[in-house]
Amino acid sequence: MPDDSPNPAALPEVPAIALPEVVRELYARFGENTFIRQATKDDVPTLWLPVAQLHEVLRFLKFDVPSPYKLLLDLAAIDERQRKHREGQPPSDFTVFYHLMSIERDQRTKGFGDVRLKVALLGESPSMPTITNVWANANWYERETWDLFGITFEGHPNLRRILLPPTWTGHPGRKDYPARATEFDPFSLDAAKQDEEQDALLFQPEQWGMKRSVPDHDFMFLNLGPNHPSAHGAFRIVLQLDGEEIVDCVPDIGYHHRGAEKMGERQSWHSYIPYTDRIDYLGGVMNNLPYVLSVEKLAGIKVPPRVETIRIMMTEFFRITSHLLFFGTYIQDVGAMTPIFFMFADRQKAYDVIEAVTGFRMHPAWFRIGGVAHDLPAGWDRKVKEFLDWFPKRLDEYIKAAVENGILRGRTIGIAQYNTEEAVEWGITGGGLRATGCDYDLRKARPYSGYENFEFEVPTGKNGDAYDRLWIRIEELRQSCRIIKQCLENMPSGPYKADHPLTTPPPKERTLKDIETLITHFLGVSWGPVMPPGETSQLIEATKGINSYYLTSDGSTMSYRTRIRTPSFPHLQAIPYVIRGAMIPDLIVLLASIDFVMADVDR
Amino acid sequence: MNWNWLTPQVIAVLIACVEALVILIATVLVAAMMIWAERRLLGLWQDRYGPNRVGIFGLMQTPADMIKIFFKEDWIPPFVDKPAFLIAPLVAMTMMMLGFAIIPITPSWGVADLNIGVLFFFALAGLAVYAVMLGGWSSNSKYALLGGLRSAAQMLSYEVFMGVALMGVVIQTGSFQLRDIVEYQQQHLWFIVPQFFGFCMFSLAAIATTHRHPFDLPEAEQELAAGYHTEYSGMKFGMFFVAEYVGIVLVSALLVTLFFGGWDGPLMDRVPALSFLWFAIKTMFFMMLFILLRAALPRPRYDQVMAAGWKFCLPLSLVNMLVTGAIVLAHQSLSAGG
Repeated sequence: MPDDSPNPAALPEVPAIALPEVVRELYARFGENTFIRQATKDDVPTLWLPVAQLHEVLRFLKFDVPSPYKLLLDLAAIDERQRKHREGQPPSDFTVFYHLMSIERDQRTKGFGDVRLKVALLGESPSMPTITNVWANANWYERETWDLFGITFEGHPNLRRILLPPTWTGHPGRKDYPARATEFDPFSLDAAKQDEEQDALLFQPEQWGMKRSVPDHDFMFLNLGPNHPSAHGAFRIVLQLDGEEIVDCVPDIGYHHRGAEKMGERQSWHSYIPYTDRIDYLGGVMNNLPYVLSVEKLAGIKVPPRVETIRIMMTEFFRITSHLLFFGTYIQDVGAMTPIFFMFADRQKAYDVIEAVTGFRMHPAWFRIGGVAHDLPAGWDRKVKEFLDWFPKRLDEYIKAAVENGILRGRTIGIAQYNTEEAVEWGITGGGLRATGCDYDLRKARPYSGYENFEFEVPTGKNGDAYDRLWIRIEELRQSCRIIKQCLENMPSGPYKADHPLTTPPPKERTLKDIETLITHFLGVSWGPVMPPGETSQLIEATKGINSYYLTSDGSTMSYRTRIRTPSFPHLQAIPYVIRGAMIPDLIVLLASIDFVMADVDR
Repeated sequence: MNWNWLTPQVIAVLIACVEALVILIATVLVAAMMIWAERRLLGLWQDRYGPNRVGIFGLMQTPADMIKIFFKEDWIPPFVDKPAFLIAPLVAMTMMMLGFAIIPITPSWGVADLNIGVLFFFALAGLAVYAVMLGGWSSNSKYALLGGLRSAAQMLSYEVFMGVALMGVVIQTGSFQLRDIVEYQQQHLWFIVPQFFGFCMFSLAAIATTHRHPFDLPEAEQELAAGYHTEYSGMKFGMFFVAEYVGIVLVSALLVTLFFGGWDGPLMDRVPALSFLWFAIKTMFFMMLFILLRAALPRPRYDQVMAAGWKFCLPLSLVNMLVTGAIVLAHQSLSAGG
């Protein structure tokens, strides 16, 4: 095939033989010259294409290729105007990228099921066509890109700010927008401004294409949130009600937005780790993992097996604490008040172990580039064993006392149901996807950090309803215990840090003996490590779904662009689709069954 | 001084007033202490302490809360319908307290032996709905309105069979008067045995009347924040709150009176004072059951509650009433014929 020979000028680093399947398919269909292939440090084939052919290519990938790319995993922009290292990439001021995934292909090829497409845009206020007519879940991603980067998507049904308030001026994701409060004039809120802000929060149904009434009756518009006992954080959802039936609804997010991606561009690679803890604030070190794995790919660090196993053990502990909170609040949202107290007691036991190992509880920021902060403490195995002896028995009790309860089943079976196809269309991953019967778990499909060495199962549901989503998490709790048990029994010995100059902070043993190591150590801990230029990403199966960090390094002590793909963001976007026609109590059950935290949505 | 006006009739009236007053105060006190008991019991069942700092065992927690609530600003939101907003908590409290008028506590003690006692309770329960409806409607708040609506629908469904469920007891006794009902049980079997279905249906309806979990849909926290009393604060909220607990005490007392023999119990003949103790113990048992229900159960959805009321409870209550009637009639004609 002629398409198998790549153009050597455009591909300086890519070896000629290893063309990924999807690249071959695209070359065969659209011709090799349509694309410019970019080398990245992850396994994701990355192709630049002209904006004119974007739709054609996306539709081809979504509908026409064998094992089609049904999942739009991520969509965001990069402000390229200040970037120095762009070898082999077409000129661009703003780049919009699309991360697509084919679950079928990913499971078949063991982790080569995704593709990243990039579109170069020129000018200060660029515009391009929307893809909301190809993927429903592109809607919020495009709004976010407009909000933060000022890129207009022509034909978007409702291109308005999503994370920032409507009164905001400027696009903070851009490189020329200041990142620190000290770069602005002092903030003040006078009465006039307060009124203006409050008026801007008033819900106008017309803006969302809703009617206030039909000929024989009016609708009631109910603000659920941003302060509501069941909204799980500062989340507002405006309901259009006919009695207690939800005709339509508009989720409103952004109340918890703090610019985590922007912070990544002003913190050193090392000092950004604590910020990741707070993305999914129930996930603890689970959030560190995709970030440090990503940075390690940039740096070319391979961590020792002990580090991998320690990391798996601690992330699984956090999966347990996060799922337990989900479990308790879920039952509480259905109206039973007692189980959550027991589950807090169990989380306490897990936190005892976490505290003994890391020194902190919810946000340990304990993983490091190239390792973990320190070795496991003496006696850690006893604490872990105590937990493993305690916890599974409690789980059985909860199932008997709460999950098999008739009222709970009546409230959740068949409620807020969707199938695999709908889940993929809306970008739903994690337990929400597996409840529909799709056994896609990144830990199995593309094992990272040594998950391939562990025996565990991927629980799946059948109906994709709220009850199945509960069961998935309960089974996952059991599987997490199983993984932790294997960590306990097979913990490798060896160093807890990689022997690599970019490990931060680097191992100190040799620094007092030779000057080279001393200098590296000094720079690493004062300025922070300098990562070689390049792009990479790491996807992990986080507590709530697929979490990924897509990092761009420009050869500096800080990230040039940090894109955080969180699972909760698309999950919330799907709410109106899932809940239309149901009742308010069903919405509460849906919110409980999604398992989201607003910090994870708004970043 | 002329003591002529102190005729035996006047003395009787005075004694009755004092008795009634004692019952009233005791009821409010018991209701207040139940708040403490509920929080301690929930704590016990939920692996935590509950209030244990104010006074011995935290007993002074409720008085402390009362003091706090009395001194809170009695705020009326500017957007409410003021008269209805003010009346609602009064109605709630009054209706529940009036209910104690018909309860015979011991063979010789009680406020009034109305010969329409059971009907009087139904009337009060019907009026108590207005508290929630008025509160929900006059608050001019959407959450409160939804709570009020739910309450109206729920009461409509549950009052229908609450009456029917009790008819079995009334048919067997042949009287609406609660004292007659207790005395009948003293002579025969407690009604919990022959009227078991009536008991089940009536307790469901009674819990629904008090808006207690799992029938707390009008104020379902997870859905409607605080439901019908969202806009209430200070003492007006306090009245709704205490009314709920007075309601629990009332319903527990009624369940005891109607199905568990009231003051009846062993050793009653020898020590008459025991009658009060039996009544109190039985009532407290049911009060505790209410708390246990709250700790144990999730909340059904509003339409499921309606469906259960109309499709399950109402037919069962009707069947219960018909069967009881048939048996009583058959029994009468047999004994008349024999």
